[in-house]
Amino acid sequence: MDRFLQTFFNPVVMAQYTPDIIAGVWVTLQIAAAVIVAGIAGGLALACLRSYRIRALNFFIICYADIFRALPPLVVILILYFGFPSIGIQLSGPMVLFIVLAATLAAFAEEIFWAGFSSVEKGQWEAGIATGLGFTRTLAYVALPQAVRLAIPPLVNRVLAITKMTALGSAIGVSEILSSATTAQSFSGSATPLTMSVVAYLVIFLPMVVVARWLESRTAWKKR
Amino acid sequence: MDIFIDQFFNIEIMRKSLPLLFKGLWMTLQLCSAVILLGLIGGLFVALGNMSERRWLRWISIAYTDLFRALPPLVLLIFIYAGLPFAGINISPFAAVVIAFLLNNSSYYAEVYRAGLISVAKGQWEAAQSTGLSPAQTLIHVVLPQAVRNILPDLLSNTVEVVKLTSLASVISLSELLYNAGMARSVTYNASPLVLAALFYLVLLWPLVRLVSHFQRRLAA
Repeated sequence: MDRFLQTFFNPVVMAQYTPDIIAGVWVTLQIAAAVIVAGIAGGLALACLRSYRIRALNFFIICYADIFRALPPLVVILILYFGFPSIGIQLSGPMVLFIVLAATLAAFAEEIFWAGFSSVEKGQWEAGIATGLGFTRTLAYVALPQAVRLAIPPLVNRVLAITKMTALGSAIGVSEILSSATTAQSFSGSATPLTMSVVAYLVIFLPMVVVARWLESRTAWKKR
Repeated sequence: MDIFIDQFFNIEIMRKSLPLLFKGLWMTLQLCSAVILLGLIGGLFVALGNMSERRWLRWISIAYTDLFRALPPLVLLIFIYAGLPFAGINISPFAAVVIAFLLNNSSYYAEVYRAGLISVAKGQWEAAQSTGLSPAQTLIHVVLPQAVRNILPDLLSNTVEVVKLTSLASVISLSELLYNAGMARSVTYNASPLVLAALFYLVLLWPLVRLVSHFQRRLAA
């Protein structure tokens, strides 16, 4: 037991590497916030565009959403990070991580918002247009509020899943929590930094999981 | 434009890396079948714990699902693969991946099952049992057929996530599809093998993603 504590909860190692891990937390939070804002805004914009039902445009939106829902983000990250420099586009690690995760979140968010728009009854669209609101304002004032409300529980789950993927940054040298921890682990020769990273992730994400559970249970009740 | 095609869609390099990528694909498929199968079964146990009458069992299973949904799968994987040897437990990369993703996935599958079971109204349980069906019969003949239909889209989209997740195994040098593509890239200094791997994933997963959308639309209607 003593040896176990020494390996995974060594106080000396903890004290030494806490600043590194906290710096990593900061990087993770910044990238996560940027991904959430850009991804949700992008997804919402795409879903709104899609509701205009312009055939050629919708074909591209659907293809985009399908491709980014089907591709593992790590594959796209590696292509951008290792492939693009050879055609003269040099992107930093955090930038690649942000672009790929935001694009992935946008694809999922588009589908979620679109499902919300589709669930608004046709009669409401017709009524909105008949009262002279016009399509765009019907979209903004009638359909959007309902779609957003429906979208929130699945969106929170998806945001959670995708912000957790900031850990993939460790594969391309972004100094977020996980890579700070693995660096500290190899310097200190102790597993304690890994434990610290687990704790850091729990502190950040456990509240989000609890909120997601609460939101889900609330909507599940309404259905009955 | 030429340099773009040469760097990302170089047919010659793709052709040469094809055997290596197929080998990786085989490993990816093995990983997927192990993780999906174990995740589906493990998730069922967690979900049953979640629905249990015993409070401590319910608490344990809720703590389990929340814990493993809060941790990024890659963190779990690194912790198991790089951390356990410190405790004297040596583990193969394949086993590390299976264990890490099993912990992650069984929580996600458990949530899907739970949503399915509570989607069937309580009155149906009561009605079925008052007609003389046993709890097991109620589950098999009344609840499960409806629950399965309700959760099919989520089950499927979760499975898509599992397949995508196996690409993380490349981080600990397990020679699956993405790892082999990365090897081919570093040998050829050309991103085409990575693009080819992306195409493999698309061929594998695009039909499933379409199917998920199709199911969701039908349920919403």
